[in-house]
Amino acid sequence: MRNVVLEARDIVRDYHIGGGLFSSARTVHAVKGVTLSVEKGRTLAIVGESGCGKSTLARIITLIDPATSGELFIDGAKVDIARGGLTPELRRKVQIVFQNPYGSLNPRQKIGDVLGEPLLINTGAPAGERRDRAMTMLKKVGLEEKHFNRYPHMFSGGQRQRIAIARALMLNPSLLVLDEPVSALDLSVQAQVLNLLADLQDEFHLTYVFISHDLSVVRYIADEVMVMYYGEAVEYGSRDEVFSEPQHSYTRTLFAATPRADIDSIKARLAAKTAA
Amino acid sequence: MALLEIENLVVEFDTASGPFRAVDGVSLSVARREVLAIVGESGSGKSVSMLAIMGLLPWTAKVTADRMDFDGTDLAKLGVADRRKIIGKDMAMIFQEPMASLNPCFTVGFQIEEVLRVHMNMDRRQRRARAVELLEAVGIQEPADRLGSYPHQMSGGQCQRVMIAIAIACNPKLLIADEPTTALDVTIQKQILDLLIKLQAEHGMGLIIITHNMGVVAETADRVIVQYKGRKMEEADVLSLFASPKSNYTKALLSALPENATGKRLPTISDYDPEAAIAGATS
Repeated sequence: MRNVVLEARDIVRDYHIGGGLFSSARTVHAVKGVTLSVEKGRTLAIVGESGCGKSTLARIITLIDPATSGELFIDGAKVDIARGGLTPELRRKVQIVFQNPYGSLNPRQKIGDVLGEPLLINTGAPAGERRDRAMTMLKKVGLEEKHFNRYPHMFSGGQRQRIAIARALMLNPSLLVLDEPVSALDLSVQAQVLNLLADLQDEFHLTYVFISHDLSVVRYIADEVMVMYYGEAVEYGSRDEVFSEPQHSYTRTLFAATPRADIDSIKARLAAKTAA
Repeated sequence: MALLEIENLVVEFDTASGPFRAVDGVSLSVARREVLAIVGESGSGKSVSMLAIMGLLPWTAKVTADRMDFDGTDLAKLGVADRRKIIGKDMAMIFQEPMASLNPCFTVGFQIEEVLRVHMNMDRRQRRARAVELLEAVGIQEPADRLGSYPHQMSGGQCQRVMIAIAIACNPKLLIADEPTTALDVTIQKQILDLLIKLQAEHGMGLIIITHNMGVVAETADRVIVQYKGRKMEEADVLSLFASPKSNYTKALLSALPENATGKRLPTISDYDPEAAIAGATS
């Protein structure tokens, strides 16, 4: 049976920029009618360059911003935060991990409190239970008990991203939106965080919407891929389809621009250089 | 003779808990017309060693080296004033954040002409003509009009082009690019790398690219140095580094690339024990 966790139809988001003394008002069309659906336990990757609307789309899916028009379904139920507002039940279903682990954690909050806060806001769990669940989650993401009372500045970038992932998982969401979760990390730490995400997906049957501009990461982690360009989805299909037969010219440009680290392309480059 | 020759470079910072060694005995050399890539993760001392060569570290840093020769002059023996005559002229550097490394208060034209005013004996009209020529060389459309633009009016890729224009303004012999494309999109990254390599070939510069991206290394370098925790792990030409890496650390780094993934999980550096890798690489 198909179990669709997230479905979006014709999502449009316009931003109105008010005119000032010297300029007239104008409208920016950030997202222009994107349709997508993700099944339970699968990963959809959204790729595109900066300014293509991928983070705006992430904010709409995470129910931070309402869409200007279009329909959003989460677990089969229609959601419209512009009208109905955001209930704690909805917030429990969708969570997000941001790009910059240095900016997304409050520097004056201990890690234990960071992890307990989603429970405090969205559930009626008593303090003892919040503490226990935070501790369990801390170990699940590969940190230790002694880290519970430390502050964010005492952690490395990779550890902070683990904390951000742990915080997002505190409410047992069914959908996790990852907005460039590894682009600020070193190669080896990136590998650790990607492994952690894969482990967690297996364990909790999580559904991921993974936003990235790094095609090698996308190729590794995604089941389906969407390529965005100026607010439109120019390519959408299974990973193998998109990578083997890109249809749109922008996708091909993107593939051509991605640096290749295999031996054949190094040989080809060196040969071209000697010939020149 | 090599353009830049560094032997046993050590950089130490005094901290509350004693001296911290950021660069620990690194030796390197760059020839004219050569592209050298220095790869490593954050904290591997790759930027610090280049800043030490440029003389841009704060006074708290203690820089020592057995040898520090650039184009026949010993950099360690130069006074501050003599060193400033070389830096920006014969030896130039591009930084990671193009938006942050340009001064937001001045037009890009002013900032390009400033280098020419300090280092070259040019009058105002010659400087303006050279600035237009430089912007054209780095591929900016309508260069004469763009001279009056401020950095915030340009995109990240354009700012990086302006930075490159400033760096190559005095036809340097050596160009150091510190993570020149990290803040940019892949399509723009490709353009900037192509531009750097084109300029390097045209002017016969020595080029040092500092990066953590193995793809960038594969696309640009002739020779590669791999650094970890301030030490040199491996030095090899680009093909043998990728085809048959010698040190365990390089092997670990290459297998952590997602495109080399074989199973559902990626091998991580800790699987290889980097401390043992250091012990193995010192031989």
